[in-house]
Amino acid sequence: MSITQILFWFLTVMAIGSALMVITSRNPVYSVLFLIATFFAISGHYILLNAQFLAIVNLIVYAGAIMVLFLFVIMLMNLNTETEPQKNKWLKFAGTIAGGCLLLVMVAALRDADTKTTTALMKEGDIGLVQNLGKTLFKEYVVPFEISSVLFLSAMVGAVVLGKKD
Amino acid sequence: MPINSYIFVAIALFSIGVIGVLTRRNAIIIFMCIELMLNAVNLLLVAFSKMHLADAANPALKVATNGADGQLFVFFIMVVAAAEVTVGLAIIVMMYRNTHSVDVNFLNRLKN
Repeated sequence: MSITQILFWFLTVMAIGSALMVITSRNPVYSVLFLIATFFAISGHYILLNAQFLAIVNLIVYAGAIMVLFLFVIMLMNLNTETEPQKNKWLKFAGTIAGGCLLLVMVAALRDADTKTTTALMKEGDIGLVQNLGKTLFKEYVVPFEISSVLFLSAMVGAVVLGKKD
Repeated sequence: MPINSYIFVAIALFSIGVIGVLTRRNAIIIFMCIELMLNAVNLLLVAFSKMHLADAANPALKVATNGADGQLFVFFIMVVAAAEVTVGLAIIVMMYRNTHSVDVNFLNRLKN
């Protein structure tokens, strides 16, 4: 077993384990912290695939900015284990069965797909570097990039309007 | 790594997100599970962007920037997710201000 495979399985176990903790822990603050751990594991996967730009952006934008926003809102509302609303156990059971069925169907459908010999290139290839992504972004995807700035502006205005006290 | 491993990891993360949406009542946790599903798709897109480059038998696929489109899609998904989070959290804060709860079942009263 090579070092790449060991790292892959370590990051996979970390991602899925902390994702399970996100949905099972009672305290919302713990959920946020485990979600940050999941994002770190996914960033590790990106580094393993040599997508360095996306790994750093994932850490800065998701684990850095968005999760701090979530944590800030949870602490602002003073949510903890006592205020956590619980579904009754039959609804939880039904939800788990439904999600498990989705997992089962997708795995069964894709298990025999014709991808046995196809591999993802690990640790090499330079499409994930800032230089190549930047060239493609500003040559072929300039219009979507500029439109996304308009999207950000409207989201900002929307957040201010919604959060304003009236 | 075979591409199948990445497909199964992404499916597992996505299903965990779906189960979280179906079993929790806290609006913020539901929102976080949606982020988890977005990240599962991102992981799959990055894995697919590196897939065909490993095909050494086909030199036409060896172009240097081949697959950069997939990673830029991930970039745009992150952009949209950031915008979505600001508006969504503003809505949740406003809902908390009106009802003093983040329970989604409390919104039942909207139906009358």
